[in-house]
Amino acid sequence: MLHATELLGAATYDVHGNFVGRVRELFIEPADQSNRVARYLLGRGKYQPLVARYDQLAFVVPGSIKLNVGEKALEEYHANEGWLAVQKDLLDQQIIDTAGRKVVRVNDLDLAEHHVNDCVELRVSQADVGVTGAVGRLLQGLASPALIRRIQDRLPSRMIRWEFVNLIEPDPLRRIKLRVSHQKLAHLHPADLADILEALSSEERQSIIDSLDEQSAAETLAELDSRLRQQIVEKLDPEKAADIIEEMAPDQAADLLAGLSPETSKELLEEMPHHEASDVRALMKFDQNTAGGMMNTQFMLVGETATREEVIDWIRANESDLEQLDAVFLTDLDAKFTGIVPTGRLLLASAGQTMISLKSDPLLHLPPDANEKEVFELFDKYNLRVLGVVDESGVPIGAITVDDVVTRLAAKV
Amino acid sequence: MEALRKRLHRWPRSTRVLWRRLALFMAVVGPGFITSNVDNDAGGISTYSIAGAKYGYALLWSLIPMTIALYVTEEMCARLGVVTGKGLSDLIREEFGFRPTFFVMVTGFLVDLGNVVAEFAGVAAAMQIFHISKYVAVPIAAIMVWILVMRGTARQVEKIFLVACLFYVAYIVSAVLAKPDWLLAAKSVVIPSFEFNAPYLLMLTALIGTTIAPWQFFYLQAGFVEKRVGPRQYPQARADVLVGSISCMAIVFFIMVCTAATLFAAGHHDIPDAAAAAEALRPMAGRWASLLFAFGLLNASLFAASILPLSTAHVICEGLGFEAGIDHKFRDAPIFYWLYTILIVVGAGLILLPGAPLFKILVFSQVANGIWLPIVLIFIVLLSSRKDLMGKLANSTTFSVIAWVTSVLMIILTAVLIYAAIFPTKLGGIPGI
Repeated sequence: MLHATELLGAATYDVHGNFVGRVRELFIEPADQSNRVARYLLGRGKYQPLVARYDQLAFVVPGSIKLNVGEKALEEYHANEGWLAVQKDLLDQQIIDTAGRKVVRVNDLDLAEHHVNDCVELRVSQADVGVTGAVGRLLQGLASPALIRRIQDRLPSRMIRWEFVNLIEPDPLRRIKLRVSHQKLAHLHPADLADILEALSSEERQSIIDSLDEQSAAETLAELDSRLRQQIVEKLDPEKAADIIEEMAPDQAADLLAGLSPETSKELLEEMPHHEASDVRALMKFDQNTAGGMMNTQFMLVGETATREEVIDWIRANESDLEQLDAVFLTDLDAKFTGIVPTGRLLLASAGQTMISLKSDPLLHLPPDANEKEVFELFDKYNLRVLGVVDESGVPIGAITVDDVVTRLAAKV
Repeated sequence: MEALRKRLHRWPRSTRVLWRRLALFMAVVGPGFITSNVDNDAGGISTYSIAGAKYGYALLWSLIPMTIALYVTEEMCARLGVVTGKGLSDLIREEFGFRPTFFVMVTGFLVDLGNVVAEFAGVAAAMQIFHISKYVAVPIAAIMVWILVMRGTARQVEKIFLVACLFYVAYIVSAVLAKPDWLLAAKSVVIPSFEFNAPYLLMLTALIGTTIAPWQFFYLQAGFVEKRVGPRQYPQARADVLVGSISCMAIVFFIMVCTAATLFAAGHHDIPDAAAAAEALRPMAGRWASLLFAFGLLNASLFAASILPLSTAHVICEGLGFEAGIDHKFRDAPIFYWLYTILIVVGAGLILLPGAPLFKILVFSQVANGIWLPIVLIFIVLLSSRKDLMGKLANSTTFSVIAWVTSVLMIILTAVLIYAAIFPTKLGGIPGI
């Protein structure tokens, strides 16, 4: 096991034992193999720098490299965008630790030696983001590698395995060349990904949102603080922004659009499909601090005479967000709101039971212009998970769920 | 909101535009304004009082060049923060590597520790005027600072700080109570006058040295980054820095005018610090002027004592890659909390230690500030000149020249200060400490 810092500056000798130069940079070629050190840049003072390939190394120890070829066999150095430079692109830079779900800074890299047909290949095994790497960097060149290692052995280490390292590269062209994908990020919980984005600079944030699919982007945006969310959306290409907003719940989309400049929000609404846009427009009419401003227009609505089987089949048939499915709303034949059936009751009901026999008491609902305080009081008093919002003719127009309430309250704490 | 909108429509268009501009500005305002004001800390107020008492209105002309120097340097940091979205220590780490960062952070810690001691010394001195023992005042102040940070959210803290900025008005009132010659004061601001002798030049150097402190750059930049001010709001950020620099210098003007109109006029030329200035004001400008002056000192010291330890711990952890921030739990960010605690406990504790070498500590902090400043300034100018980092907002050639000239002048001035601090007999020591 070697540290990248032990190799930077290492004296390099060719097969005949002649000094060639000192290692100035290590390059990984992700398009070829994601973790192998593919090239070693050898600085030679006033002479043209040379590059040693991974299969030209015979022997490596801290501070020294022996090649298995003569100096003449080495290539000249030409900068290559597709090469990931350890010193320039990795050391001291931020990376995303997808296992630990946070942004960290690289102090050093651990390189494992692999013997392949008489040559030594170095492969990056983990990134050092702890005190050990920091001490190594500080003492590098001042103390002997052996002494540094002895000190490091006594310190607690913080390592991230290379497969969990996600690079942050704002330049989209270079990202493709370096094969940086944010696939792993899409698997993180949106709330974790939002925390990560908050730790990054605006350009880096933008590049990550850009590369996510619309669904993940929408979920992540919903978790970000409103100021940041607006900033990101304003910078997105309008078409992409509209696609992302379309994926959001209408109430979140309305909140987001309400915060943008009137011109931008109008433009985005025009980009969205007519049906979604009109939902969002309707929500935007309500004052932020009323039940109407808190509610969501997507909820399960069934007739009160429906049986358990009919309702469950209907839920199966309709794609809905099962994580957030707290209750189904009931209406009578005049489309008037008559009650709520919690999913728990639905689950345990016997076959053939009608919805009307399962609904919760008492019948609670609010008009859209009710103050948010009334909403909080009802949730508190009746320990609600979901509350219906009805218009003046008694027709349900939206649902407020407990997470809408928590979000509002958390902002006030 | 609805009512407001209705009212807006009744206003003529130009007023509405103005209102909109103001709203845009208010969304960004804060970091520049707070940083510049916190700059008038205990050490600063002492230096300004002494300058007024010793030279009357004669040094007021230095305010304009000082405002320019403050603006030029702070603007670069604001721009760095707004464009890159990263803190100053992050940028130094990414662009210059680990070792320079480590050096900057270690010096920064020592410098700021000295500064924190100076702030708590200011609290102790101000409370003495109110006849409260430092053994009561300093621990209470330290605990207040601790609670503010541990319990407050970033937004609440910023609001408290903005209110603290308003309390600087105390100095305007005490200046008015001192009944100065406003015409002469105004003239002295625009017409420079020179004296070529060591004490005068040293006073001038101390004035400028206390106005630009290296830690404020880190704090300012972090402020804009945390407020998520982006390149599109750069004009507002710049305006914030400009307003901050001018308001900071306006307060300096009133402090100097206040002591000039009273102490200098009465021939009371040599005072050791700001608290002594407040004490001496009583017979000349009345009890209220004296109390307000002391209150201003207390506010400024508490204000700086709240910001310094937090910002220092933050900057160090960020640069070296440790978890930082008050939204983390102790066990997730132990180094952050330890640094923060050490700064407050040692800073406040030294004041309470009977026979503590306070004077030596203050000299040391001034010297350390002087060593730290050139390094940080050079990093700032180098970073803000980089086209690959800053794009269109990189320093223009003209601005680079201004920035370098300002920085080099600052560096020379602080070198003089360090010399005076280390060899106090040669130049008569640094005024203000």
